Amino acid sequence: MTQAINRTTRQRALRLVLPIVMLALVVLAWDLAVRLFAIPPYVLPSPGLVFATLISDAPLLGRSLLVTLTITLQGFLLAALGGIVLAVAFNQWRIAEYALYPYAVILQVTPVVAVAPLLLIYLPQPLAVLACAWIVAFFPVLANTTLGLNSVDHNLVALFRLYKASRWQVLLHLKLPAALPQMLAGLRIAGGLSLIGAVVAEIAAGSAGAGSGLAYRIAESGYRLNISRMFAALLLLSLAGVAIFFVLSAASHFLLRRWHESAVKQER
Amino acid sequence: MTENAGAIVSLRGVGKTFESGTVALAGLDLAVTEGEFVSLLGPSGCGKSTALRIIAGLSEASAGVVERAAGDIGFVFQDPTLMPWASVADNVLLPFKLGTAEKTGAHTAVTRALARVGLAEFADAFPRELSGGMRMRASIARALVTEPRLLLMDEPFASLDEITRFKLNNDLLGVWQELRRTVIFVTHSVFESVYLSQRILVMTPRPGRIFAEIAIPAAYPRDERFRTSAEYAGFCRQVSEALGKAMAAAP
Repeated sequence: MTQAINRTTRQRALRLVLPIVMLALVVLAWDLAVRLFAIPPYVLPSPGLVFATLISDAPLLGRSLLVTLTITLQGFLLAALGGIVLAVAFNQWRIAEYALYPYAVILQVTPVVAVAPLLLIYLPQPLAVLACAWIVAFFPVLANTTLGLNSVDHNLVALFRLYKASRWQVLLHLKLPAALPQMLAGLRIAGGLSLIGAVVAEIAAGSAGAGSGLAYRIAESGYRLNISRMFAALLLLSLAGVAIFFVLSAASHFLLRRWHESAVKQER
Repeated sequence: MTENAGAIVSLRGVGKTFESGTVALAGLDLAVTEGEFVSLLGPSGCGKSTALRIIAGLSEASAGVVERAAGDIGFVFQDPTLMPWASVADNVLLPFKLGTAEKTGAHTAVTRALARVGLAEFADAFPRELSGGMRMRASIARALVTEPRLLLMDEPFASLDEITRFKLNNDLLGVWQELRRTVIFVTHSVFESVYLSQRILVMTPRPGRIFAEIAIPAAYPRDERFRTSAEYAGFCRQVSEALGKAMAAAP
């Protein structure tokens, strides 16, 4: 009994400690390599320099982070709304699905890097970036929600029919709750993708602007050989991506914790 | 209309052919009177579930006449068929939420239905937190909550272990004696049908029709004494023989 508990605590500690040890080792090796081979900072800055840049450029990078996060969030919300509304429309009206689904697929399979320059011609830059974030993020929401709406227990559908439920009631009380797990899985993917879409569009946009995001900072620092700022900006982007993933995972877990197998802790 | 006056459900010459060409039912006649406990007994795939779905209005007969008196229906599927995202109480409340049933007093009705099946303490639990037997109880509570005129049950206890099944058999009989609603119970178990029913309709293999009708005139309440009696064993033998002949009676 106590042995089993000891084993699980030890495993939990390992899962926490090992990645940190790995990180420390890599940073140490990086630092040693920079010192040992006397690599100049415009080729590879030392970890210490990257950290110092992160602190010294904090106001600039912070502003850029805010720009990118705002666009990511807007893109994500629009993708969530668009994906769910479209999935419900497809589910309710077969004709809407026949008419629009092929174009949703085309929008998804066309690489967004290739679409971004075109969008930048027709739309003002912030709107074009937002459109890119939306394009890459909405499809997983649409596809997953559609799958969820279509995989409702047919006996429950029969039961709803038996009690003369209206179409609206079937959607609200049966199909949408049944689709929630898949919908949340789609949203979790969309969170990461909307960040990618925003970054791709910012890089494609390239030109300077008052409200320039982190990706633009990376491109700009590259031209100026300010490699340590590139690393600092990249670090912030990764952290933003990780944060988005954790927030969405936590939200999903919270919503499903009482009833869905994926979120329920199994006692052994 | 003439011979079945007073019947709550009557099927005459009902047939069902699926799109695939499978003939599930052919020439099915049955009549059930108000307050009766009737079992449809037959081998797997004999169309007894199809017959129940036709009675419920969930499926259309391809031939024949289906008549059903107006009034609520409760339906219990082979699986509990609960909404996993809703608590037991919310699941049981569903017929009120959707249907045309009078909504005042719905919550009292839910409490009463849960107490009736012994789930009073589990109102706030979620289906996945319950055992298989308890889920089936919740499903029965949902079917009973509007105290429907007609209760249709499609092999509700087939996937439960014997101990749980006996317990639920007793509880179902208790509820039936209290409410005196009509029950049509589909099963493939001779022993279960004899224990529960006033009348057993034995069906032939596909295409299904009624092969024999056997009355079980034993008095209620029935309990473990009845289950172990010679009288019960005699009825079981009689029904088994009828089922054997039904199986042999190829169309």
